[in-house]
This record gives sequence, structure tokens and C-alpha cells, in this order.
Amino acid sequence: MSANAKLKRRRQAIYGWLMLSPAAVLLTLFAFYPSVATLWSSLFSRGTRRNPSEFVGFENYSYLFEDPTFWTVVKNNLLYAGVTIPVSIFIALAMALWANGKIRARSFVRTAYFTPTVLPMIAAANLWLFFYTPGLGVFDQIGSLFGLPSVNWLGQPETALWAIIIVTIWKESGFFMIFYLAALQTIPEDLKEAADIEGASRWTYTRRIVLPLLMPTTLFIAVNAMINSVKLIDHLFILTKGGPSDASKLILYYIWELAFAFFDSPSAAALTILVIAVLGIVAAIQFLYLDRRTHYQ
Amino acid sequence: MTTPPFVKLDGVAKRWNGQLGVEGITLDIPAGSFTALLGPSGCGKSTTLRLLAGLEEPDEGRIVIDGKDVTTAAASERNLSMVFQSYALFPHLSVAENVVFGLKVRRVPKAERQEKLARALEITGLLGLENRKPGELSGGQRQRVALARAIIAGQKLCLMDEPLSNLDAKLRNAVRKDIKKLQRDLGITVIYVTHDQTEAMSMADTVVLMRDGHIQQVGAPDDLYSKPANTFVAEFVGAPPMALLQSSVLDGFGDDRTIGIRAEDIRIVPKGEGRLRCTVNESEFLGAETLIGLTHEGASGLCVLKPGLSLVPEGTEIDITFDDENLHVFDAAGQRLAG
Repeated sequence: MSANAKLKRRRQAIYGWLMLSPAAVLLTLFAFYPSVATLWSSLFSRGTRRNPSEFVGFENYSYLFEDPTFWTVVKNNLLYAGVTIPVSIFIALAMALWANGKIRARSFVRTAYFTPTVLPMIAAANLWLFFYTPGLGVFDQIGSLFGLPSVNWLGQPETALWAIIIVTIWKESGFFMIFYLAALQTIPEDLKEAADIEGASRWTYTRRIVLPLLMPTTLFIAVNAMINSVKLIDHLFILTKGGPSDASKLILYYIWELAFAFFDSPSAAALTILVIAVLGIVAAIQFLYLDRRTHYQ
Repeated sequence: MTTPPFVKLDGVAKRWNGQLGVEGITLDIPAGSFTALLGPSGCGKSTTLRLLAGLEEPDEGRIVIDGKDVTTAAASERNLSMVFQSYALFPHLSVAENVVFGLKVRRVPKAERQEKLARALEITGLLGLENRKPGELSGGQRQRVALARAIIAGQKLCLMDEPLSNLDAKLRNAVRKDIKKLQRDLGITVIYVTHDQTEAMSMADTVVLMRDGHIQQVGAPDDLYSKPANTFVAEFVGAPPMALLQSSVLDGFGDDRTIGIRAEDIRIVPKGEGRLRCTVNESEFLGAETLIGLTHEGASGLCVLKPGLSLVPEGTEIDITFDDENLHVFDAAGQRLAG
């Protein structure tokens, strides 16, 4: 009897491991192992022909902290995240609420909003390069109609990062809108009717009913937007290459530069580990804090 | 009637893309009454209720509630409450928050809100469940939350859209009584939509029977049962429904009329003494009595009730009789003829 139960349990366990193994193998190969390897290599010095690489502990990290470019990049990325995340979420929500209403040409509006998402980031960046180009660009052309001077949006340190931020918001809001639209469609019509009868205004209904019911989506989008604020750098390659004088350089672009332009892979590894740690902590806070205040249906 | 009706619909019509919604709805509903809008699905009863609630706007006609013309008024200005078929509870709010939602929106002070909440929960038997979410409640409890939300503000008019259709049969009977009692105790006017004639007949003072967007008959349950205005009402109301005979199969009624007869007015008599000879096609044991379905070439829905368990084999021929005073006579168009 008990032997039988044991056999059954063991069979269950084997079955479970078999189900898990494809994901486990792939994740180990392409996520866990690289992460650990990165962590490991961040603890060694850069090897040259005369000085072979040796264990240096956290020296690479302390070099990073002394590097002024590192701090510029961190500051840039914080501003970039701090603006793109809330603004793109807000715009996505506003567009979704509008595109979910009873308006004419609804599917046209939805498609129009979604178009930037379909475009590859490189293509979008080229498009915006044309918008921003001094003299020729759309912005300057419009500006010149009103007699405004030509501005080199991407070429001056004061505006370069903001120009990048606008491209990102333009690219992301449409994508996030789709999630909000899908979530809005799961809210039954009669909740609106019940709220109407109870005397709730459109604003009260949105604030007290719709927004709370959208919280799971907002949480999901917020985490994604945060990851994207670190991950999404394709447009930098086209638009500014991080310049002028590092004004629009973001962390991942700097990692790429360290590793493949300066061939300083230990520093790149150290910076990567820092990014992973920070992202992990922030995601955990978001989930732990917001989860408790979120209603899942 | 000297007192003006509390709710008045006057020639109300609503059409969707030229398709019929409801047409020519004229109805007076006195204060403190319980009115049921009854009919098969798609007859326009829910549309009528939504027009009253202000969730739809009529294409024609006038709606007056409590002496105020509210034809184009917003739902929130009509001073009414509504119980939805799906209950329409806010899933992220607790029972208490759901119930006081309307009071909060209307800026009722907190102390008063608490007091009314306690009362509403007590009436509906929800005390102790204040902090639960709708998802953690049973169907019957959710239904009562919807009721509590409808009565808390003390609105004089309450609309109910098939509030019992998501409950199981046993619970439905209990809640039916609760709603009726609630309506009487609070003295509110209830307009109740249902497709279930048992509900309408047992709860309502006045039943409004509808079909294809038109009112067929308005009257007390007893009127609808004993004096159906037309063959549709005759066949819709009552279980089993009224049987209809072509007048040609009986002597003395002409050729183009329809005769209605209820099962309880039919007697089985020995062979040769009856007015009609029929064939048994089914026997259904109901407990206290047995329903015997009969076929006759000139009749539809003919059946007879026998006390206790008395199944009759299929195909048996039996004779039935009935008295002329129990017959309902309808003209060729199906309208009731006087008497």
C-alpha cells in the first residue's frame, strides 16, 4: 500500500520534471548561465597579452563608480525612465479610453495609434531623424512658418535626450494602449449603467471603477515600460549615438560601447550586473507593493 | 382613479435601425404597486425597463415619473434604483462599498451613510459580510447585495431586470417571497421584468404581458388567467397553458372562431358521453396530480388533470366534456369576444 503510494509519487515527480526540463534547459543555457558567467567575469581584470586576467574582487565596480561617464549615463537613464514611463502610460490610457468609446472610425483610430508599434525601432528612428533634421526636418519647416529659428534638436546637449524621450513615448504608447483596450473590453457594460443610475459622473466612474479594474494591466505595463527604459536603445544608434558629449547616452548603450567599442568587457560585465540587480529590486518592489492594492478578477 | 399614476408611459416607442424595439407603450403604474413586465425573450420588456431607467432614449412618446417629465432626463436624475440581471456589482469593491457607492457619489455624510448601510444590510440579511468582495459570495448573496444597493438610498421606484434568473429554483422561490415582502415593507414601487410567468403571477399586483414590442394585456394576475384578452395571452399564461380548439369541432360556435379551455375545466367521461374524443399522447406525473396530454385534430395543447398518480397508456382513446360557461371564445383574429 505505502510502497504503491511511493511509486505513484515518484512517477508524479518524474512527470513533473519532464514537463519542466525544456524550459529549464533553455533558461539555463540562455539566461542563468550567461548571468552567472557575467557575474564571474566582472570579478576579473581585463586580460592583455602581458597581463593575463586575474581575480580583482570588486575593483571593476569601484572603477565604474569613479567614472564620470557612468554617473552621466545613470542620470540620463533615470530622467529617461522617469519621463517615458509615466507619460507613455498616461497617453496609452487616454488613447485607450477614447478609442474604446463610441466614436466614429473607431477601428481607424485604433489602427492609427497602433502603427508606431508595428514599425521596427530602426525604421522609426530613421523617420524621426527626418523630423528632427535641422533645416530640412518637419519640425524646422513648421517652425519656419512661424518665423522660429532652426534648431538642431539632436545635435545639442540640452535637447538631445528629450528628442530621444519623445521618440520612445511615441513608439511605446500605442503598444501599451492595446493592453488597456483589451482590459477595457473585459469590463462589463452594465457596470457603467449601474454607476449611471447611482448618479456617478463619467469622471467618478472612470476614477472609482475603471482605473481600479485596470490596475493589473497598469502593473504589467509599468514593469514592461521600466524594462524597456533600459532595454530599448535601438534608436540611439540611428539618432545620436549617445552624443553630443554623452548627453543622450543610456546605460545599455554605454555597456555596448564598453564591451564592443572599448573592448573593456570586465567593466561592461560589472555594469550589466548592476543593471540586473537594480531592475530585479525595482520589479520586486512594484509587484510586492502594487500587488496588494490590485484587484485581480 | 383619482390619484395620478406614479409612473406614466405615453405612446413610447423605440426602434433600432428601423427594427422594432417597442411600439406604442402606454402604461399607468400607481405608487406602491408591484408591476411585472412579462413576455417571451425579445418581446421588448427589458427595453421598456431600460427606457424607464434612462439607459435608452425613446424615439417617440413621453415618460413621466412622480409628476416629472423625464423623457430625456439622464438616468441619475430620475431618482430610481435598479437591480440588474447580472447584478452589476463592482468586483473590486467590498459589499459595504458596493452598497454605499451611490450615497458616496451623492456626497451623503459619512455618519448617515453608515446608518443606512447597517439598515440595508440588516434588511437583506448581509450583516457580517461587509468586507467580502463579490467574488467571494454565493449567487444568492450577490443577488442580495444588488438588492441592498437598490434600496439603500430610499428611492421610491425600483426597477428589476430578471433579478432571479441566475439563481437555482429553490433559492428563487425564497428570494421571490423576500422581494415581495421588501416591496411591501418599504412601500416602494417596483417594476419587475421577467420571462417566468410563475414569478409574475405570484409577485405582481399588475402584470403587463408583452409580445413583439406591443402590450398584449394589462391586468391583475387573476384577470390574465381567467380573462385572457387574446389567444397569445391564453397560451402564455398558466401551466399548463390554455388549450385552443377550432370552433368547427364543437356545435354552435360557428366556423371561424377559436375556443379556449383550461385543463382544470375538462372532465373525463365514459365513452359515448363526451363532447370530444381524443387520443392520449403523454402522461406526466406531477405529484399531487397527473397531467394527461391529449391530441385531437382540431385542437392544440389539449390536456386534462387527474388527481394522484393515474397514468394512462399512450394511444388510449378517451372522451372529454366541459361546460359552455368555462369556454373562452376568440374571434378569427384571436381577440377575446365579450363574456
